[in-house]
Amino acid sequence: MARHILIIDDEPNIVLSLEFLMRREGFEVAVAGDGEAALRAMSERPPDLVILDVMMPKLNGFEVCQRIRAEPALRGVRVLMLTAKGRETEMKKGLELGADAYVTKPFSTRDLVTEVHHLLEGRA
Amino acid sequence: MLQGWVIVVVSFAYLGTLFAIASYGDRRAERGRSIIANPYTYALSLAVYCTTWTFYGSVGRAASSGIGFLPVYLGPTLMVALWWYVMRKIIRISKAQRITSIADFVASRYGKSQLLGGLVTIIAVVGVIPYIALQLKAISGGFTILQHYPIIVMPAKAAAVPMLGDSALYVAAVLAAFTVLFGTRHLDATERHEGLVAAIAFESIVKLVAFLAVGAFVTFGVYDGFADIFARAGKVPELRALMTVPGGGGGYGTWAFLTFLSMLSILFLPRQFQISVVENVDEDHIEKATWLFPLYLLLINVFVLPVALGGLMLFSAGGVEADYFVLTVPMAEQAEGLTLLAFLGGLSAGSGMVIVETIALSTMACNDLVMPVLLRLSALGINDRRDLSGLLITIRRLAIAAILLLAYVYFRVAGEAYALVSIGLISFAAVAQFAPAILGGLYWRGATRAGAVAGLVGGFAIWIYTLLLPSFARSGWLPASFLTDGPLGIGLLRPHQLFGLAGLDDISHGVLWSMLFNGALFVGVSLIGHASPAETTQAALFVDVFQHTQGIERARLVRGSASVQELLPLVGRFLGPERAREAFAAFARRRGVPAPEALPADAGLVQFAETQLAGAIGGASARVVVASVVQEEPPGLDEVMDILDEASQVRAYSRELEQKSRQLEEATAGLRAANERLQELDRMKDDFMSTVTHELRTPLTSIRAFSEILLEDPHVEVAQRKVFLSIIVKETERLTRLINQMLDMAKIESGNAEWRAAELDLREVIAEAAAATSQLFSEARVTLTQALGEAAPRVMADRDRLMQVFINLLSNAVKFCEPGRGRVEIRLSAAGGQARVDVGDNGPGIPPEHHETIFEKFRQGGDSATGKPRGTGLGLPISRRIIEHFGGRLWVESVPGQGATFSFILPMEPAAAAPAGGQVRAV
Repeated sequence: MARHILIIDDEPNIVLSLEFLMRREGFEVAVAGDGEAALRAMSERPPDLVILDVMMPKLNGFEVCQRIRAEPALRGVRVLMLTAKGRETEMKKGLELGADAYVTKPFSTRDLVTEVHHLLEGRA
Repeated sequence: MLQGWVIVVVSFAYLGTLFAIASYGDRRAERGRSIIANPYTYALSLAVYCTTWTFYGSVGRAASSGIGFLPVYLGPTLMVALWWYVMRKIIRISKAQRITSIADFVASRYGKSQLLGGLVTIIAVVGVIPYIALQLKAISGGFTILQHYPIIVMPAKAAAVPMLGDSALYVAAVLAAFTVLFGTRHLDATERHEGLVAAIAFESIVKLVAFLAVGAFVTFGVYDGFADIFARAGKVPELRALMTVPGGGGGYGTWAFLTFLSMLSILFLPRQFQISVVENVDEDHIEKATWLFPLYLLLINVFVLPVALGGLMLFSAGGVEADYFVLTVPMAEQAEGLTLLAFLGGLSAGSGMVIVETIALSTMACNDLVMPVLLRLSALGINDRRDLSGLLITIRRLAIAAILLLAYVYFRVAGEAYALVSIGLISFAAVAQFAPAILGGLYWRGATRAGAVAGLVGGFAIWIYTLLLPSFARSGWLPASFLTDGPLGIGLLRPHQLFGLAGLDDISHGVLWSMLFNGALFVGVSLIGHASPAETTQAALFVDVFQHTQGIERARLVRGSASVQELLPLVGRFLGPERAREAFAAFARRRGVPAPEALPADAGLVQFAETQLAGAIGGASARVVVASVVQEEPPGLDEVMDILDEASQVRAYSRELEQKSRQLEEATAGLRAANERLQELDRMKDDFMSTVTHELRTPLTSIRAFSEILLEDPHVEVAQRKVFLSIIVKETERLTRLINQMLDMAKIESGNAEWRAAELDLREVIAEAAAATSQLFSEARVTLTQALGEAAPRVMADRDRLMQVFINLLSNAVKFCEPGRGRVEIRLSAAGGQARVDVGDNGPGIPPEHHETIFEKFRQGGDSATGKPRGTGLGLPISRRIIEHFGGRLWVESVPGQGATFSFILPMEPAAAAPAGGQVRAV
């Protein structure tokens, strides 16, 4: 069964590229344009991994991450933070809130794909 | 009829009357009802200037040199005109400093110098003794003449009579006794003698009346009025010459010198100083004296020429000294009573002068010569004596006797060699030596003690050499060759032609040289040297007396303190315990203290004690005496100035410090605020940077991602590849736009943006903007309608910038409009001097909470459908800044769901707006 990945970002072009990349790797891909939509999507179908943008309208990435970690039903979800905010403190904040990885934009497509694989395989 | 005893009895009766008047005056003064506290008495007492020299001598001089007697009275008349400026100042200073004599005055001016006090005293005594001798000569001469009434016999040469048979000796003795009675009955701190002044004023009346009587008798009794006398005299060639100034420079030169001399004498003769300054009750009396005294001089001189001419015509045979015409003319006419009156007039003139002069001189001799010496000779035990007032009085009495004795000696030695007037002029020349030191000291702060000493010594030496020694030479005390060949036969040093200066009379010659030396030394030495602090203090107190004194109080410059227990006995020793105690009690009352013992031991008390003593023993001695108790020297002006200066510097410094610390606090507060502001800015900048990086990274992310996808996977479908590539291009454009706008914003914010304001027709700009965005509209299938109205408002703005605003607003509107159904309307209107542009769309609208935030940087309104922002987030902030720069306003009105309208207003150009609006306005 293919792994399910939820892409949460408000930048359509970035979503488009991520979607293309993940599908190419054979993952099932869903998209949410903001945090609320993402939470709705996750409650319907918990993904194996979310690629989560931090700067979004409505719920931002940190809040979404917190919700995921607070929700027992979403315990197994891997969170990959993907953000244009590259500062040390934000990276730390994201990891402390329970993110599994933190990747800054612009990213190397290869590195991102490797990271996603790594996270999903480490899950066991 | 007029036997010797009659004359003696009348004389003593007259002197007794004087004494009675004096006692009455003193008693009245003690009761506080002064009889001299009026300007008339003051002016009359000033007439002590008119001595026997005037009474007898003027006629004598007039008989020999005609109107040559006048300068001696012109001088005072001129000087009195200046009294309001000079004398008032001297009086004010003297009252403030408790000055008791002219020596005291000079000493005080130059730092209370004992040396100067002594020097002035010596000059005054030596200089004035011939003058006193003159009075003795005149009185005794008058007595001798009167004794032989009605036979006119000239007094024999003094040397020819044995001393004990010489009436002058007795005159001197009587006058000495009388002066002692008058002047030294008690010691007074102020050294004022009210009764004496009253007596002197009375004497002035007597001599004036006597002279007028004789004059009137001669003019109207012997002759037939002025016209008769002058007409008769005019017929005698020798007499006619007397009525004009002798021709040639010498005549006028002598006049000038004599006028100059007598100008100084009226100020500096010790008796004039005594009467006009020390005995002055009220400085306002000067005002009346300024015309009363010259009037007196005029009256007493009216009959001088008639008497002289009359006498000369009467005694044309000669053998009668013109000096005694005032007596001899009435005698020749057998007018017994008038002769006696004339004698009394002469007596009053002589006695008045002698009494006042010797009192003044004895005060000076006691205070400035004897006391300083005695105080220094501690071996005498002066400092241990409890009561020195008796000693002081004794010294003064002895001084009076000594002065009169000296005068008598001079009379015996030299008196016969000169006429009355010449003797007087020698004295005038002596006291004129005080002029540089006193007048200079009054008006020139730079005058120093050394300068005054040098001037006085130099001038006095020349005076002795050119005027005093020749008088001895003439009387045979010195070889006659001293005069004719000069000392040791050196012609250049001949006393009457010093340094070869010839052509002047003796007096003018002596005055010229002595004043030249005196003045030059005074000024020169003063300029070279430096004044001590004490001198500078006194210089300021003298020169600026009108600033320093309101009334009598002296500037308090005495430092240090001493108790009443120390000061009262000290003052008591000189004033007498009783008198001192009274003075201290009065002082205590003035200061509101019940008893002298309760007086605070402060500088004021020391000052008081010093002024009390100054009255008794002179300022210089008083200072020394008080200093022995106080142990502390009065600080000099320099010192005081230094202290003040230092204090003010310290004050200024502490003020500066305060100011600095205040400034520091302000700076600190400012820094704190700035720091907070910086932190705030830092935070804002952080936010801004983080926003900017986000805005930059986002398009970069897409560009990189798609580039890598396309690079790694050559097999991407062509359609997809095209989509990806167009995204890359769009994101690149977005990046470029972002960078441009950021630079633009930075320029505007830093004030470096270029603005080219010009008058613009908004319709044209709108048309242009519509054309520029037509592609955008057609691509988005949004319609643009224009409602520009009829007005053509013109505004002052930068065309390119305004275009930027229009394009931004129009493209924003397009961006938020639904393709196909989107409608954008641009409206133009003008009202109230303002042009208004509205750009409305039918997009989703903007929630009210965002109406302001959308104008902040990077706070663009999101697409509510996707939550995705479009644009750079800088377009609206830049547009708003542009509009505001040209004095307008940009805002948004919107109801969510009903579109949004962005509006701005700009001020219209009034001149251009009028024709466009169809209105005619007067310009």
